[in-house]
Order: sequence, then C-alpha cells, then structure tokens
Amino acid sequence: MSEAPALVKCLIWDLDNTLWRGTLLEDSDVALPDEIRRTITELDARGILQSVASKNDHDHAWQRLEALGIADYFVLPQIGWHPKSRSVAEIAEQMNFALSAIAFIDDQPAERAEVAYHHPQVRCYDAARAADLTGLPEFSPAVVTVDAARRRDMYRAGFRRTAERESFTGPDEEFLRSLDLVMEIKRADEADLSRVEELTLRTSQMNATGVYYSDADLRALIADPGHDVLTVTLTDRFGPHGAVGVLLLGYHEPVWHLKLLATSCRVVSFGAGSVLLNWLTDAAAGAGVHLAADFRQTDRNRMMEIAYRFAGFTGDACDCLDGLPDTGSDRTGIEFRHLVAGPRPAPTTMRIAAPVLGPAGARP
Amino acid sequence: MTAANPHADGPAIEKELTVFLAGRTGSEPTPDQDLFTTGVITSMFALQLVVHLEDEYDIEIVGPELSMDHFRSVRTMTALVQRLTPAGRDA
Repeated sequence: MSEAPALVKCLIWDLDNTLWRGTLLEDSDVALPDEIRRTITELDARGILQSVASKNDHDHAWQRLEALGIADYFVLPQIGWHPKSRSVAEIAEQMNFALSAIAFIDDQPAERAEVAYHHPQVRCYDAARAADLTGLPEFSPAVVTVDAARRRDMYRAGFRRTAERESFTGPDEEFLRSLDLVMEIKRADEADLSRVEELTLRTSQMNATGVYYSDADLRALIADPGHDVLTVTLTDRFGPHGAVGVLLLGYHEPVWHLKLLATSCRVVSFGAGSVLLNWLTDAAAGAGVHLAADFRQTDRNRMMEIAYRFAGFTGDACDCLDGLPDTGSDRTGIEFRHLVAGPRPAPTTMRIAAPVLGPAGARP
Repeated sequence: MTAANPHADGPAIEKELTVFLAGRTGSEPTPDQDLFTTGVITSMFALQLVVHLEDEYDIEIVGPELSMDHFRSVRTMTALVQRLTPAGRDA
C-alpha cells in the first residue's frame, strides 16, 4: 500500500470557467453551479482553506463573489493581472504554508503550466475535476474537528486583504517562449462571422473604437475587394485558444485604414495586441503605405490607447488622412492614430502565420 | 509648498523606479538599460508602468507623452516625471 498523499491545506481557485460558468468581463451574470457551491462548503467544513487566483478586475470579481454569497469562504484572494504563479506564492507565504500544501484549480492548461513551471510542488487540477475533489484522499482529512470550519476566520483575522490591481509582474519571456505560441491571422470567411461579431461586442478593454459591426456590415466588408476582415487565432503547445482577435482593414492608395482592432482579454498577458500592431506595421512598411487607425477613447480602453502610442502611432496630421472616407455621424468621437510605417522585427515570443495583405486586385 | 517632496530629485525617482521594476520583473535594471529590447512589451505591462508613474508622482501622462521612448529606461522615465511634475511642488 502506498501512503496516503499529503493533505491539501489550501485550495486556490481560478474564477472564470472554473469556479463559475463564463467569463466575468464578457458576462456579468456568470453562474455558480450547485456542485461547485457544494464543493466549496464541504472543503470549508473540512477545514481546508480556500483562496482565489484570478485575472480579473478586483472589485468587479469580488462583488460577484459577494453577490453569489460565497465571498466569505475565500481568504487572501489574489485578483489582478499578474501571473498566477505569483498569486500562488503570495498566498502560500502569507498563510505560512509550504507550496506542497497548496492546490490550484484552473480550466486553462497554460495557467496550470505557468504555476507548475515556477512551483512544481503545487498540485494542479483541471477545472473539470472540481466536483470530484471532495472524493480525493488529499482533500479528506481523517479527523474533521468542529473547529475546522472556523479555521478561515482565524486565518483571516491575521491577514490584511490586499487589492492586487496595482501589483503586476512583468512579462516572463522565458515562460512565453516555452509555450510555443503560434498566432494565425487569416481572412475571415462566412463561418467566422459570428465569432468576429461576438469579439467586437465583448472586448471592451481591448477594443480601439467600441464600434459594433453587425453580421450584415461584416458580410459586406468581406465581399468588398478594398477591405479585409482578418481573424486571429492563437495556439500553444496545449492546444488552441480559439479566436482571440479581429482586424478590419480598408485599403487606400497611400494608407491602410485600420477601422477596428479588438483582442480578447484572455490573451492580454501574451502581448497579442502589441504583436498584431507590430506585424501590421511591418506589412504596411513592405507595401510602402502609411497606417491610420480609428481610435475612440472610452472609459475602459486606455490599455488600447497605450498600445497604439507605444507602437509609434500619434495623433499628428498627415496628408494621407485627407483621402479617407468621412461618413459623418458614424465617426462621432473617433480620431485617427497615424503612423509612417517602418520595418519591424518579428516577435521573439511567438510565430506568426499570416496572408500577404493588400487590396484584392493587387495581391500576389 | 514647503514640505520636502521625496520625489522631487532625480536620484530619488531613479531609485524608486529601479525598486519598482526589480519587484515586477525579477531583475534590477541599470538606469540606462533598455527595458523594451526583448520584444515582449505587452499592453498590460505598458499600462501598469503608466499607471504606476501617475499614481506615485501624481502626474497625468496623456497623448504624445505616452510615447514608448519616454518609458524606455529608468533614466527616461525619471526625466518624464521631472518634466511633468509642477514646478511649485519641487520647491
């Protein structure tokens, strides 16, 4: 007989598509399945502490946990945009637990890998196993004392909850390289349209204009030889991340007009937006054209403004902008961000597969 | 204002930024080290840099000031902070 595995003292939950169904940034009404609620209360009754490591807006996510009536079960929640390996280390350190006493559950293989890469002692579980955890020996203490359920209150008394919005660890290039990321950019076909429409609806933080393009708009643009609708998918060694971005490009003689750039919040930490702007700039340089991007400031897309500015786009005037269509009221609040494109080096963290850009008649 | 502003002088700003970056990236940059040579500038990292400077030094960084060249190194960020800090506060 092998020995029973060491007990888990603290289970750290991912939120989106692990604890609750859905992605909070895309759907504020994410639901908590009954079996997850049962798992949380049962682990708590057994004296196993629980915490959260989630990439989300802290206040938004915490309010949702409170609304679901389960916020009190979690101590030292780490909700922010830093790598989860750091959240896990932070929780372990503040609880004064060895990493080998920590378990982590997340639906994303890349997130589990990121934690395992930095902390091989942490036991990682796929979200699909959430409802089964209470049946595993490592979550089943031989003796459950009546004090067990009070344990979290004891721990909590000693903790100061820290909002993690401000703390962030810079990109870990070494880890990103280990993921074998491949970005594929392709011309959208009819089958992609619903996903494109959905992305334009749901990407409030990483959408340059907040303009909504309907299915009919997109169909017309796909058929127009002077336009391209491009979809972006990302894959790593664990499998696909699916459709993560969309670009809408209008071709004019001296300038390519980027009418829309939106990327999913799921791939923000991979630098997907900057990689796309970098690639597009290089392609425009190759074609000898300027770039003009539509930008409309919203209260949620400052990250996008910074991405454009850091990529070299400015608000400066240029003759090339005069020839771009001005459709009046449709463009309310939309400004141009302009760039004289120059060649850019390929990204070091991912490979890009993409078509040659240009109006339909001019493609090689 | 008569109270000494701990952020008013360059060396203090450089020191604070070096500590901030060391905590975020795991290694301590030299003042002139180019932070963006690796090609992994995620928009998230850029946003965090901007927000940190704004909160820590009570400045607003908007429009053309958001050029990446201003954020390229500890030295250039220090210069940006000093330039955007109202003169009255430095006295």
